Formats: sequence, C-alpha cells, structure tokens
Amino acid sequence: METRGLYGEIRANRRRSALLALVLVGLLGLTGGALGAAYGSAEGGLAVALATGAVLLAIAWFGGGRIALAASGARRADRQRDRALVNVVEEVAIAAGIPPPETWVIEDSAPNAFATGRDPRHAMIAVTTGLVDKLNRDELQAVVAHEISHVRNLDVRYMTLVAVTVGAIALLTDFAVRHLAWGGGPRRARNRQAGGLLILVAVLVAILAPVSARVLQAAVSRRRETLADLSAAELTRYPEALARALEKIEADPEVLEAANRATAPRYIVNPVRSFEARARGWLRTHPPTEERVRLLRSLVTPGASS
Amino acid sequence: MLGLGLGLVLLIFLGLFVVVAGWLIVTYNGLVTLRNQLQNAWAQIDVQLKRRYDLIPNLVETVKDYMQYEQDVLTQVTQARAAAVSAQGPAEQARAENVLTGALRQLFAVVENYPELKANENVMALQEELTSTENRISFARQFYNDNVMRFNTRLQTFPTNLVAGLLGFTAREFFATDDEAEREPVKVDLR
Repeated sequence: METRGLYGEIRANRRRSALLALVLVGLLGLTGGALGAAYGSAEGGLAVALATGAVLLAIAWFGGGRIALAASGARRADRQRDRALVNVVEEVAIAAGIPPPETWVIEDSAPNAFATGRDPRHAMIAVTTGLVDKLNRDELQAVVAHEISHVRNLDVRYMTLVAVTVGAIALLTDFAVRHLAWGGGPRRARNRQAGGLLILVAVLVAILAPVSARVLQAAVSRRRETLADLSAAELTRYPEALARALEKIEADPEVLEAANRATAPRYIVNPVRSFEARARGWLRTHPPTEERVRLLRSLVTPGASS
Repeated sequence: MLGLGLGLVLLIFLGLFVVVAGWLIVTYNGLVTLRNQLQNAWAQIDVQLKRRYDLIPNLVETVKDYMQYEQDVLTQVTQARAAAVSAQGPAEQARAENVLTGALRQLFAVVENYPELKANENVMALQEELTSTENRISFARQFYNDNVMRFNTRLQTFPTNLVAGLLGFTAREFFATDDEAEREPVKVDLR
C-alpha cells in the first residue's frame, strides 16, 4: 500500500465512503423495486423500501446511542471513581475542539471501547474497566482519541445510516421471501411464465441483496476504522501509543461478554472472536490489527509501509 | 440597436459586480469565522492555565505537613505560581509558566521519596489532576496552532490572498512549543 500522507488518507477515505453509501442506497431502491415488480408494482416496492429505511433511520437517530449503551450494560463514569478516564476524555476533546462526550464505563475485564451518538453534542464514549486497567495513560489516551475521532468525523451518524440501509434491505427481503414461500405469490401476474420469471428475479435479488449489502457495510466500516486511527494519531501526535494499545487489545485473551454480533462493529477492535467475524476478509468490520499497527508505525517513519 | 447594446454591457457589468460583491462577503465572513475560532482556541489555553493555578494551593496544603524538611521546594512552587499569575505579556508569561512546570516536576520528584505521600489518595488524585492539566494545556496550544494553520492557509492561498490585506486580516504566529522554549529560554517570543 502506498502512503499518501495523513491528509491524503483522510481525503481518500471520505471519498470512498461517500461512494459506498451512495451504492448502498441505490441497492435498497433496487431491492424494493425488484421485489415490488414481482407483486406488480415496482414503484410501490420502491416506496415501501424507502419508507422502511426512513422509519428505521428515525429510531436509530433518536435512540441509537442509548440502545447500544443499554445493550452493553454501561454505567455513567464518575469523576471521583474514574478520575483518569474522565480526565483523558476531556483532554482529547480539547485537542479535537469538541465538547467532551459523556463517558460511560462497562464493567468487564476485556479491554475495549466504543463511541456512539449522532453528533459531537450528543456523543457518548464507553470504555471497559479492562481497558483502563491494562493500558497505560498514553495508550488509554490513544484509544480515546480513536473514539473521539469517530465522533468528530461524524462516523457514528454515517455508520448508522449504512446499518439502517442494510437492515432495511434485510427486512424487505426477509418479508418477501417468507411471503413467496408461504404461497402468497403475486396475484396480479396474468401470464404465468412472466410471473414465474419475475418470481425468479425476485428470489435472486432476495438472496443477493442482503449479502452484497453486508459486504459493502463491512467495507465502509473498515475505511472508517482506518480513518479514525489516522485522526487519532493526528490528535495525540503519538501514533506509537495507539499501535501498542491495539496490540495489547488484540493479544488479550479475555472475551467481552457485553458485546454481541450487532454491537461488535462499533468497538475499537472487534470483540467477537468467532470464525466468521474474524476470518472472512469481505465481511470484516475492522481491518486486520497487524495492518492497522503497520499503518500507524509508517506514520512515524514515512515511506516505511510496504 | 445602440440602446440595446449599451443595456447589455450594463447588465454584464452589473452581473460582474454582484458576483464580486458576493464573493467578497462570503470571503469576509469565512475569515471572521476562522478568526473567532482562533480567538476561542486562545481563550481555552487561559482556561487551562487557570485550572493549574487553582490546583496548586490544594497540592501544597496537602503535602506540606509531610514535607517539613522540603520547605524550599514548596516555596519555589508557591512563588512560581504567584509569578505566573501576575506575569504581564506573552513572553514573560511563557517564561513564568516554564518555571512553574519545572518547580512542579521537582516537587513530584521529591514526593517520590515519601512512601506515605505516594500512597496518599489525595496526593495521587492531585497528581493525576496536574498531569491532566499539563496535557490539557499542551492540547489547547496544539488546537490553537491547528487553527492558526487553517487561518493562515486560507489567508495565503488564492484567491483569498488578493483581498485579505484589504479586509484587514493578517497572518497569525504559531505558539512555539515548550521544547523549543527550553532550548532557547530567553529568545522565545510566545504569543
């Protein structure tokens, strides 16, 4: 991989992510249109698809952050009890020029962290007690800088949009497949053969759309993780600390019990260590940790990355 | 015919005028926004410096009973703080802040020799607060410098550079880092 310098990387990341999001919305429309066509109204299908997306987006927009925090069993950080953590969050917020996000603590010895909230004013950062205990102050600062970068770069809002689009596609195809399988079928198709062809297309879309949506979502997620790593290095001017923190988190044998498949992509290092989450390249939500560490170390000695 | 041609020319000039005036307004407002952000970033540094001044009396009060034989260090810290609070002008203030940082470092080096103090919860909390404050100060300065860079880049790139001077904007200076200040303590001109 060639190095483009920090600002080049950030620009490239933004460009690619925007393109991916556009493709995803197109895919949602296409799925709706194709499934709708099988029932006799492509426009109707399109409308239903976009309406489903809008409803899911509204839920995510106003409740998404709290839902994720509740799912992980976090508690509000206390200035006395979690003094260093609260301080580190406030320090990095100063470097980023955003109001300090609410800080939450997950009582779990596995080191990890995530950020949520639709914009810097509604942002929340959750950190496990394991992270605070196992990292030194510089490393903790680096991880917090990664999370604050997600907040400042509006990644949370962006990934929510992507997740909602993917969810809407899954919902639609699920519904359509069930309906077709239970023999409801399109009633309006006058010609049996044309109807059969339409059903075939609809089934194909129903199979392919969710899979390609997931692949795209994972690609967007990987881009945003890389961008957050680079932004964190820009904030702390100390990429080595983040590289070391990532290595420590990766090497830690503990399993984060609070995480599940739905919340896993939000964390700094994917906490779900099953085969499918880790091994399949196309569905990875995070770039391989070794790759992230290599990129961070290449910032210290320009041109050292291969 | 002639009247129509003249009208067209006038229209073109009017159009040009509107475009140039619009660009000037947008440029001016953009620069004012950046300058205000810059001033806000500068004010943030002062907020963090005050935070440090407020912490020091607490610290001195907490450790002084244990450190009866180290009154010099404590006096140094107290004096350095007083000098920093009353410093006039950026250059003098920068120097006073550097002295204060040095005095605090010395104090914590001495604390290392007192196991009771090292284990004291209040001292540990104050030490964490001061470490954090040092970080806040340097991050606030870094953020200020980031803003200076954005402001200066806008000012010095085409086409803004054509009118920035006329609109009354001048490039700002970067805040020199502590390391440079330590290398050449007398020469630094910190703003």
